[in-house]
Amino acid sequence: MKKSILRVLAVVLSVAMIVACFAACGGKGKEEASSEESSAAAGGAAVEPGDNTLNIGVIGPLTGDTAVYGKAVQYGAQLAVDEVNAAGGINGMKIAFKAEDDEGDPEKSVNAYNTLKDWGMDILVGTVTTNPCLAVADYTAQDNMFELTPSASAATVVEKGNNVFQVCFTDPNQGIASADYISDNKLATKVGVIYNSQDAYSSGIHDRFISEAKTKGLNIVSDEAFTTDNATDFSAQLNAAKSGGAELIFIPIYAKEATSILSQAKDLGITAKFFGCDGLDGILGIDGFDTSLAEGVMLLTPFSANATDDATVKFVKAYKAAGYDEANLNQFAADAYDAIYIIKAAAEKAVVKADMSVSDMGTALSKAMSEITVDGVTGTEMKWQATGEVNKTPKAIVIKNAEYIPMDLQESSTK
Amino acid sequence: MSELAKNSKKNLNKSVQSEITTLLIVAVAFVIVEIFKSVGLINSHVQGMLVPLCYYSIVAVSLNLVVGILGDLSLGHAGFMCVGAYASSIFSVVTKDAIPSTWLRFTLAIILGGIFAAIFGFLIGIPVLRLSGDYLAIVTLAFGEIIKNILGSIYVGYDSNGIHMSFESTSSLNLEEDGKLLINGPLGISGTPKNATFEVGVVLLLITLVVVLNFINSRGGRAVMSVRDNRIAAESVGINVTKYKLIAFTLSAFFAGIAGVLYSHNIAVLAASSKNFGYNMSILFLVFVVLGGIGNIRGSVIAAVVLTLLPELLRSMNDYRMLIYSIVLILMMIFTSSPKMIEYREKHGLHRKVKAGNKKNNVPKDAGGEENV
Repeated sequence: MKKSILRVLAVVLSVAMIVACFAACGGKGKEEASSEESSAAAGGAAVEPGDNTLNIGVIGPLTGDTAVYGKAVQYGAQLAVDEVNAAGGINGMKIAFKAEDDEGDPEKSVNAYNTLKDWGMDILVGTVTTNPCLAVADYTAQDNMFELTPSASAATVVEKGNNVFQVCFTDPNQGIASADYISDNKLATKVGVIYNSQDAYSSGIHDRFISEAKTKGLNIVSDEAFTTDNATDFSAQLNAAKSGGAELIFIPIYAKEATSILSQAKDLGITAKFFGCDGLDGILGIDGFDTSLAEGVMLLTPFSANATDDATVKFVKAYKAAGYDEANLNQFAADAYDAIYIIKAAAEKAVVKADMSVSDMGTALSKAMSEITVDGVTGTEMKWQATGEVNKTPKAIVIKNAEYIPMDLQESSTK
Repeated sequence: MSELAKNSKKNLNKSVQSEITTLLIVAVAFVIVEIFKSVGLINSHVQGMLVPLCYYSIVAVSLNLVVGILGDLSLGHAGFMCVGAYASSIFSVVTKDAIPSTWLRFTLAIILGGIFAAIFGFLIGIPVLRLSGDYLAIVTLAFGEIIKNILGSIYVGYDSNGIHMSFESTSSLNLEEDGKLLINGPLGISGTPKNATFEVGVVLLLITLVVVLNFINSRGGRAVMSVRDNRIAAESVGINVTKYKLIAFTLSAFFAGIAGVLYSHNIAVLAASSKNFGYNMSILFLVFVVLGGIGNIRGSVIAAVVLTLLPELLRSMNDYRMLIYSIVLILMMIFTSSPKMIEYREKHGLHRKVKAGNKKNNVPKDAGGEENV
């Protein structure tokens, strides 16, 4: 018995170590690349926190499963910080910038927050993912530190305190916006829904979509859930939608699961349209995915790299010129880029000075947030309620010939 | 006869001595940290780590009871921690207004969390402990995952009509206007009061150490160790194997649950994701135990502290920290378990010899990461 235990132990521990090694090596390779890139982009010295600097910290998963989002936020924010510094800073203050890793874990996120506090952080851009954000928002509320999250979209995030604001839509708002968009543009009347009941993002959108769809007179013909551990076979959910005669299937889920749904829908001969939210962003970049399957898929997302408005074109050009990894050029990078400019606008409005205490700065910035209007990459005329939620017009995107094309653009070109 | 009595007295003294040393180490560490805190020498980063250090130490000690003393491999301890965290969190959220005294409410929450985890440990232990070795490891792993998945997808709320439960969505709970949502599916429980302090954590760690060390040196503990060393021999002298296995397993689950209470009352959000209560976490606890020395309670505490602090203190090295962390893991393993190293340490008096598991009276010995600190 003793021997067998030792054997299992040996196997388990060696697996754990190999995994740890790989995670570290993978992360390391990326970090090396990115630090070269960012130093090239900054064109020299990074600003260290000093007497006349505004210290902005970013917390997000820079390693681990969700690193693609954390890295995107880091790059997007860094890009904006470099631009702002090159243009003279905010109120004459340069921005000192630092990103800390939380691996997408609430506990580590709090540690990262404390680390940044020791570093001298005045303003927090983050955190990137929802659950860590809920944990950290409790602490920022205590310290009254101004917190602007680019992408933590749960409605409960901004309820933590008056100091917490969002760049992205809340999940419920995405649900409402999707239902409104579908009914206002008469995309369909019979709608099937497939969502992930174990995922906060997906179920958050789903709940409000259903209630809004009912008031808008959409007919929900099927409402089927799956779970994270069960996200391979969707034939039951798809068949339910098919037999209900759904003209459109709403999939408020992440891109990876959507690829399976799309290929299985084709096998089942389903011709209904698919409509998703910002989680579908990046679906064309998934390895081994036949992009022709995504033809005609619509998604509601605030950012598309192919959009032709001035702000997007400028951002995409600057991002590529700075040499950041283009795999991370997504909505998260755009949200973070906007976040820095939103802070700039609020700080100029509130006339923030570097010698203000964190709490005073938090109060001043929070007050200014409801008074400013910002035109950014992820939306024009963004305004904030005092509660922290953003008001902006959602953009719809449709996939055509393996490209994300803004819906209004596509309509005008066909007209 | 007199010689026997003398021997046992000597052993007892030795074990009591060792126990006192372990408790003293914790107490001294606590006093030092408190002094540093009052002088302001500890930054907020390390201060934020103090409570996690306590609960990881507690869970490492509790797992060592199963792995080192009972000699079975459990990969489900994150699950028990999860049960304790959820039970106590629900209790605290519900009674936040009813029991205004923080002290009373938190004490009750701690006891409740421990008891719930112990009940789960007992129920799971009944079928699981019939297995041993690899099979036991696999089944406990599965149970840990089941607990995490169920708690991660359940919606619970209550209103004037009673308690509502659902696996679908908040809206399918059909709560009344006055209803309150307790567990919000994948978002978990929010609004748990942040009652866990370093002081409470250390007191709980000391209680855990006293109970576990005394259990090991008690009649029951010796029976458990005899089952570990030779089950057939133990049965032949009339030891009720199932009973003692269950006692050790339930006790271990109880303390894992208490660690969970500290976890949930330290950061205000609690969600059962694979990040915090998945099998990776269980394996991490096992790493604490193995690198601290199997059967060595003091070593578990030290390993838990070192391995929790290390990746945080290495933050300045960016992504290299994970690389360094794994190298340290390997070095620690070589240091504690390699036969050559054990030989070397014996020669130089760094180690009081004897492998865990082969000695009749398994006195906690100095090994493991202690010298690494």
